[in-house]
Amino acid sequence: MAKNISILIVDDEDSVRESLYNWFIEDGYNVGCAENAKQALSILESKNFDIILADIKMPGMDGLEMHRRIRSLNKDAIVIIMTAFASVITAVQALKDGAYDYITKPFDPDDLSHLIRNAARQITLKSENEALRNKIVSLENVEDLIGNSEAMIKVLKEIERVAQSNSPVIITGESGTGKELVARAIHSNSQRKFSPLVSVHCGALTESLLESELFGHEKGAFTGAMFNRKGRFEMADGGTIFLDEIATISPKMQIELLRVLETKTFVRVGGNKEITSDFRVICASNKDLNQMVKNGTFREDLYYRLNVVNIKIPPLRERIEDIPMLVDHFIKVYCTSMSRNIMSIDKAALKRLETYDFPGNIRELENMIERAIVIGNEKEIRLKDLPFERDVASSSIESLDDLEKKFILQILNKYDWNISRSAKALKVDRVTLYNKIKKYDLKPSK
Amino acid sequence: MNEHSILLISHGHFENDFLEKLAREVTREFLLPVSIEESHIDLDEFYDPMRRQYNGNKIIKKIDSMSSNQFIKKVGLFRVDLFIPILTYIFGQAVLNGTTGISSLYRLRNEQYGMKKDDDLLFDRFRKVIIHELGHTFGLVHCNVPTCVMRSSTYVEDIDQKDIRICSHCRTLLSETTPSFSNYKT
Repeated sequence: MAKNISILIVDDEDSVRESLYNWFIEDGYNVGCAENAKQALSILESKNFDIILADIKMPGMDGLEMHRRIRSLNKDAIVIIMTAFASVITAVQALKDGAYDYITKPFDPDDLSHLIRNAARQITLKSENEALRNKIVSLENVEDLIGNSEAMIKVLKEIERVAQSNSPVIITGESGTGKELVARAIHSNSQRKFSPLVSVHCGALTESLLESELFGHEKGAFTGAMFNRKGRFEMADGGTIFLDEIATISPKMQIELLRVLETKTFVRVGGNKEITSDFRVICASNKDLNQMVKNGTFREDLYYRLNVVNIKIPPLRERIEDIPMLVDHFIKVYCTSMSRNIMSIDKAALKRLETYDFPGNIRELENMIERAIVIGNEKEIRLKDLPFERDVASSSIESLDDLEKKFILQILNKYDWNISRSAKALKVDRVTLYNKIKKYDLKPSK
Repeated sequence: MNEHSILLISHGHFENDFLEKLAREVTREFLLPVSIEESHIDLDEFYDPMRRQYNGNKIIKKIDSMSSNQFIKKVGLFRVDLFIPILTYIFGQAVLNGTTGISSLYRLRNEQYGMKKDDDLLFDRFRKVIIHELGHTFGLVHCNVPTCVMRSSTYVEDIDQKDIRICSHCRTLLSETTPSFSNYKT
């Protein structure tokens, strides 16, 4: 394990450098030495070391300061601070600054061996982890984004194009078109995929709750704030924050958001310490943000800050050729989750779906398929399993007459236009039913 | 004595039998003749009163400078507590690919650990440390094979776990890097 690990010893005492050099070289490590921080930094500019063992007290620049500078040169290096003085405060500071560990001179040989062995193991595991990550890159895909229509292929290409950048993205599209899926696809194909994708549904939160949600709060910031809480921006450090329904945020929050996007720093509610977070922002809206800017309801500067890349997701009615593929996908998903045999869909039912305008987009289609699987015969989804005729509370009802007409038609269809049975079900006499059929010009469907 | 032999230099009182047995062990392991010499250097100059120990780094340098080059390797044998500045103690120390090593039986004695005196165990530990340090002078680094004498040992219990022999992997390395060990395979 030691063969490929390199250690840089930084200490102003010759005897310490010599002792450590001999000790590590016997373990098979590649060892370098520097007699002060300046020399160490100079060496590190041209050569990477895996482990840096640095004295805390050196003339010119101490080990803590050197550690901070090393971080900017090589943030992956493991830094172990050595000191002849056991100072808890200094130790805590070193660890807070990201040092791997802290050891007091002279060391017990076993402690030193363990410390370096563990650090070396961490380096080995990290490199193995990276190798495995690279291997699974090819497995990352956008399998939940179904469709091979021209409109969908354009969206997929845009996802691929923007995933590698860090630019903000606005995803627009009607409700239920899959904006969050697109955000996930962008994140999971970006360099940030191993850090979190943090979603915030801005429309579901009041202004004060959203502020606390995004920035976090300190204990006692408001009534009920018993403990410190991390905000979503902090949680998204290294990853992506997805702000859904961005159009709903208040003017005050728009200003706050603009400031955070510009500086990547913020302060928790009730706090005074600036927190920095490295996140990428992806927003989604089903409103026309450009129009909102013109109306003065959305800040122009925030809009331009967010609108570096704009991905428009077409409504389902504009990509009906994707419906069969989506239906198949949802059938597989729900049959599998319900532990049932994979069903099919009959032609009439599919045709009906293809002629429907889906105001609720893919979400509506998904719900329809899930429902049909639940109530269906376990072999095939048929037209009767779909909620079109039965759904009297659908959004297309415009009046009481309309409601009555649809309900009567639904009952007639249910009893195959048997007037007696339908009248009985409607609790009216046959004459009344005939009058209603005439009034609404109802006819059996072919 | 010749340039292909190893010198064991005793500091302090060691029984002749004890030293001769050690020499035989070293010969068996490295297939080289071993000579024994008694040293009269004053260890006071290497004593650190603050630590009440003897500075191993300085002692190695002293031994390195005091003997001629008629031996390919030299190992100083001590009865005192050795340290190097960064560590609280050492059992032994050597210059990797160098000519000199040191080892002490001070911390190898059972009595140091509140246990019953055991001369056989002491001898067993000491010969392992000497062979280990000599291995370093021949360019061997610490070995991961649990029974190899070149495995790193920071406790006496670690030494007890090891075998007296250099493992086949380390022997192969020796035969590849050192011409005189070209036939030195198991």
